[in-house]
Amino acid sequence: MNFVQQIRGSFPILGRKAGGRPLVYFDNAATSQRPESVLDLQQQLCSGHNANIHRAVHTLSYEATEAYEAGRKAAQAFIGAAQPEEIVLTAGATAAINLVADCMARGGFLSGGAILLTEAEHHSNIVPWQMACEKSGARLEVVPVAAGRDFPNTGAVDMEAYRAALRRGVKMVAITHVSNILGVVNPVKEMVAEAHALGIPVLVDGAQGIVHRRVDVQDMDCDFYVFSGHKIYAPTGIGVLYGKRQWLEKLPPYMGGGDMVDKVTFEKTTYADLPLKFEAGTANFVAAACLAPALDLATSLALSPDAREHERALMAAMAESLQSIPGLWLAAADATDRIPLYSFTIEGVHPLDAAMLMDKMGVALRSGHMCAEPIVDRIGGGSMLRASLMAYNTLEEVEAFRAALERTVKMLKQ
Amino acid sequence: MSIKEIQDQIIEEFSIYDEWLDKYEYLIDLGREMPLVAESDKTDSNLIDGCQSRVWLTCSRSADGRLHFAADSDAIITKGIISLLIRVFEGQTPQDILAADLYFIDAIGLKENLSPTRAGGLMAMVKRILAYAQEAAEG
Ligand SMILES: Cc1ncc(COP(=O)(O)O)c(C=O)c1O
Repeated sequence: MNFVQQIRGSFPILGRKAGGRPLVYFDNAATSQRPESVLDLQQQLCSGHNANIHRAVHTLSYEATEAYEAGRKAAQAFIGAAQPEEIVLTAGATAAINLVADCMARGGFLSGGAILLTEAEHHSNIVPWQMACEKSGARLEVVPVAAGRDFPNTGAVDMEAYRAALRRGVKMVAITHVSNILGVVNPVKEMVAEAHALGIPVLVDGAQGIVHRRVDVQDMDCDFYVFSGHKIYAPTGIGVLYGKRQWLEKLPPYMGGGDMVDKVTFEKTTYADLPLKFEAGTANFVAAACLAPALDLATSLALSPDAREHERALMAAMAESLQSIPGLWLAAADATDRIPLYSFTIEGVHPLDAAMLMDKMGVALRSGHMCAEPIVDRIGGGSMLRASLMAYNTLEEVEAFRAALERTVKMLKQ
Repeated sequence: MSIKEIQDQIIEEFSIYDEWLDKYEYLIDLGREMPLVAESDKTDSNLIDGCQSRVWLTCSRSADGRLHFAADSDAIITKGIISLLIRVFEGQTPQDILAADLYFIDAIGLKENLSPTRAGGLMAMVKRILAYAQEAAEG
């Protein structure tokens, strides 16, 4: 059995059909599928160990807490954080960014300054900062990326503009590791160093980057790194916020409630230590625990030369397939470092029409503004198509995608 | 013809296609043939924004009280489905439109396109048609 057949075998959903044909799931950047190891653990925890974590001395609560904390440790190891206290478990990347943005604003760390973003951010890394601006009187600064028809189409952040903007009263940088539209890996380590030279903290949105690049937060030196479990083989409803200890200690708590307190009286409440200070309310312990098997798989794939070779082959095949479609324009086609994520438009073809026909042929794609309206408005006229692949996708699927896209274009253009 | 008769006619027309592909090819053709909304009528107030495709709808009322619709979309399949909806409602009375049971979409296997969560904005268009009918019935 070759490498890809072997991993595919552990993803039961990949055997199903859609539109009467074998499913070709190319919407992995939105949500990835779950392997049996994750599905089994979900089932096992629900049927054998269900209880509220951290709150009771009975057996089930102890077991559930152990499983939850194992998820935290898995996340810590996966991104190389120094201590488990630096890993805050949240509902997802969006929740994590909202936490940081809100606490930075309420803690007074943004007042009167600017928050610096790139042009290619996901709404989840734009809107929380706009809300933080309202609370703190800060403003947004946006750095352009080189993508579009009238630019070198590399998808690269304009580093000169970035350096210049940093000097315009910036109090916080929030940048994506990899854009969910462009698929280009940003030079985050360099960007962090530039910001730190001016004493500015940096949040990195790793929702896409974590899936396709090894991350070592200590080496990257970012102050915050966030990602969602559901994009990297884990269930929905769990996310990771890494924060440097000194920042997490400085920030005020986020939501108030159970588990995040030390002592509560009606006069005054004192808060729990890290990381529970930021984990109010009953947590999704099943999803959290599943980070362990999910990140195990991600680690073994990252270390596997076969997996890397397979990804290279997939990317070469995708590049060729996309090139073969007349009138297709690929965002960041000239990128030097990308993940297998491709956003494109086709002349004379509405992305919604194409996605509907592709669906009928079994191929799952994303269409529309894909939660990143500013960049999609500028480079894609407000709507694009996106194909995003994962280690379990095959060369045969790339061929099925190409054939379906060719047929789709023919139907819509005739 | 009544709204029911037109719906049955459409179901009949679609019954010859058992391949989804032929169905969609037919919808695409319908989309191409549909009379357009004049550019000057593509105003914000006639726009129904459906997240992924835009739909424009205009409504007028003739002396006999019947309603007349024109619609357009930037997506061709959306436009094809719109043309079916227009065919069903065109020239009907506000009372008949309000009382109508819209079953043909389901019957021809395009139900998913009319779900409120679907990005095409068709559900919003049906609501807009009903709102016009309601307004006409009251006024
Ligand atoms: C770059 C990026 N940031 C943030 C998010 C938000 O992730 P979630 O919806 O899981 O919170 C996504 C996912 O859509 C993303 O692609």
